[in-house]
Amino acid sequence: MTDRASDNHIPDRLDVGWKPRMLRWETLLFAVAVVIFVFNANASPYFLDPWNLSDATFNFTEKATIALAMALLIVAAEIDLSVASIIAVASVAMGAAAQAGVGTWGLVVIGMATGALAGAFNGFLVTRFGLPSIVVTIGTMSLFRGIAYVVLGDGVYKGYPADFAFFGQEYVFWVISFEFVFFLVMAVVFGIILHRTVFGRWIFAIGNNPVGARFSGIRVERVKFILFVVSGLMAGVAAVMLTSRIGSTRPTIALGMELEVVTMVVLGGVNILGGSGSIPGVVIAAFVMGLVTFGLGLLNIPGIVMSIVIGVMLISVIALPILWKKIRAP
Amino acid sequence: MRFLKTLAATTALVMGMATATAQAAEVRIALVVKALGIGFFEAANKGAQEAAKELGGVEVIYTGPTTTTAEGQIEVINSLIAQKVDAIAISANDTDALVPSLKKAMSRGIKVISWDSGVSAEGRSIHLNPSSNALIGNMNIKMAADVLPGGKGDAAILSATPTATNQNIWIEEMKKVLPNYPGLNIVATVYGDDLADKSYRETVGLLKSHPSVKVIIAPTSVGIVAAAQAVADQKKIGEVFVTGLGLPSEMAGHVHSKATKSFAIWNPIDLGYSATMIAYNLVKGKADAKAGGSVPMGRMGTLQLDENMDGAMSDPFVYDASNVDEFAKIF
Repeated sequence: MTDRASDNHIPDRLDVGWKPRMLRWETLLFAVAVVIFVFNANASPYFLDPWNLSDATFNFTEKATIALAMALLIVAAEIDLSVASIIAVASVAMGAAAQAGVGTWGLVVIGMATGALAGAFNGFLVTRFGLPSIVVTIGTMSLFRGIAYVVLGDGVYKGYPADFAFFGQEYVFWVISFEFVFFLVMAVVFGIILHRTVFGRWIFAIGNNPVGARFSGIRVERVKFILFVVSGLMAGVAAVMLTSRIGSTRPTIALGMELEVVTMVVLGGVNILGGSGSIPGVVIAAFVMGLVTFGLGLLNIPGIVMSIVIGVMLISVIALPILWKKIRAP
Repeated sequence: MRFLKTLAATTALVMGMATATAQAAEVRIALVVKALGIGFFEAANKGAQEAAKELGGVEVIYTGPTTTTAEGQIEVINSLIAQKVDAIAISANDTDALVPSLKKAMSRGIKVISWDSGVSAEGRSIHLNPSSNALIGNMNIKMAADVLPGGKGDAAILSATPTATNQNIWIEEMKKVLPNYPGLNIVATVYGDDLADKSYRETVGLLKSHPSVKVIIAPTSVGIVAAAQAVADQKKIGEVFVTGLGLPSEMAGHVHSKATKSFAIWNPIDLGYSATMIAYNLVKGKADAKAGGSVPMGRMGTLQLDENMDGAMSDPFVYDASNVDEFAKIF
């Protein structure tokens, strides 16, 4: 699907003139996922239990949901590092509203609206003043987290309505959780947007050549602004799910999650410099990370091993194409 | 592709090693800590392993996230639920955020206790405190009386801030047990605000204004170090002793300089040992796990539960020249 997008520029992924020309990153990643799945199933007697696998999905669905929006941003050569802090500020907003007696659906609206608002603030700073998004969102990362700390200090918001637990703890069908269903639906939606709509083509065009995109009549600023709002909105949705799952809010909620989200996106084959990538890749990467974490957890292997594995994968996906180009260069 | 092979090989290797160690034991107890790689918790694991050895047929799974986050601990709890461990003993990163996942663990028949850093009552059965306010107060006075000849003389307290909740409760408890130590008088209480320099200056002032003071009790890990330093700098070593609550790694030097004879703090080894014993007894149904009940914890005696199902393990552990170096390496 991404091939069409990469036709009009120098492709920067492995599938150029290398032996397995038809082997795309997504296929490789899928193979890795299968290998990990088989390993896990053999290594631990608890792995193939449907309830356990369902529990495992909770560990990554919130991050993966944000990763979908982050993928669009990174394809457009922007980034949003404030997503975890947006979760914190949205969760605090929901907590304060819950204290004031707002009902479940009101809380969901407040969480999503706070997220979208925070995203719009990022988008405004980036598009209105032409600031680099990495700088802006590092700033708002501290800003949003800071707001959460100012409001809550070392306190805690609890006492969410009982049915609010649905979004993070309940199952839609058998072992299939609401979070997981939501993620899958969103994956399809984002996949269609990026790969099957004109808007998606604009995103690729902007990521590849913003000046060219502007000259061909794409309203670059507007597209970017929308992407930041969407990123904030998805962080708001993740805030609803995470807050519901842990049933309480502290200002440290989701601390450090932005890096895991970016990791997922990059591991999914999205070029960190923008211009290429695919939603299926990101979805598979989410599963790979989820399976590795859960599999190692079942074997009680310290989490640091997981960090090492992901680190190696990440460096490989970024370094290999660059190395390959250098080797091929005359 | 090459890296994929390497990755697959590494994964295979890691998993192979892990399967070898994951032998089924009769009772599997997970000791979940705030984060891996912290000396205090490594020591707790040492105690847990000791308990497992003593009990026999017990496998202790020592685990925790790499960063001290509630989300990380929830991932760990999920994988422990999946493994159907018999008990989870956790030092929590968040009192409330872990409650839903621990409730899930309990609903699937896993016994859950918290230790060191607690979980809200609905998320666990028992919480094991390393000590209690009354025991801490008593121990501070006892250590002061022990360094005075015949237990008689004047003492002063160097506290944190005048509003510090913990310190105020402990000072109150100290004053409560004072009648049990006739001849020991508390003549002054000064406040160093848990700042090293202010604590130091307050101690120097105290030594000048109350020359009769022979013991300074500092129930704060910042204050005790500053007080010992002040005593050393004022050349009062041998005349004035410092005691209270401190960390072995920070106090080892002052114990050796003899500015401090003994001080107290929890013993992480005992804590891990007791948590494991309690978890085991809950699994085996040997515990009276209800408000006001009691749970045996091996060599550490019996845990008395209050109305919140909280219990205090023991007196704070006393560190002196004989053991401070060993523990200074831990925390």
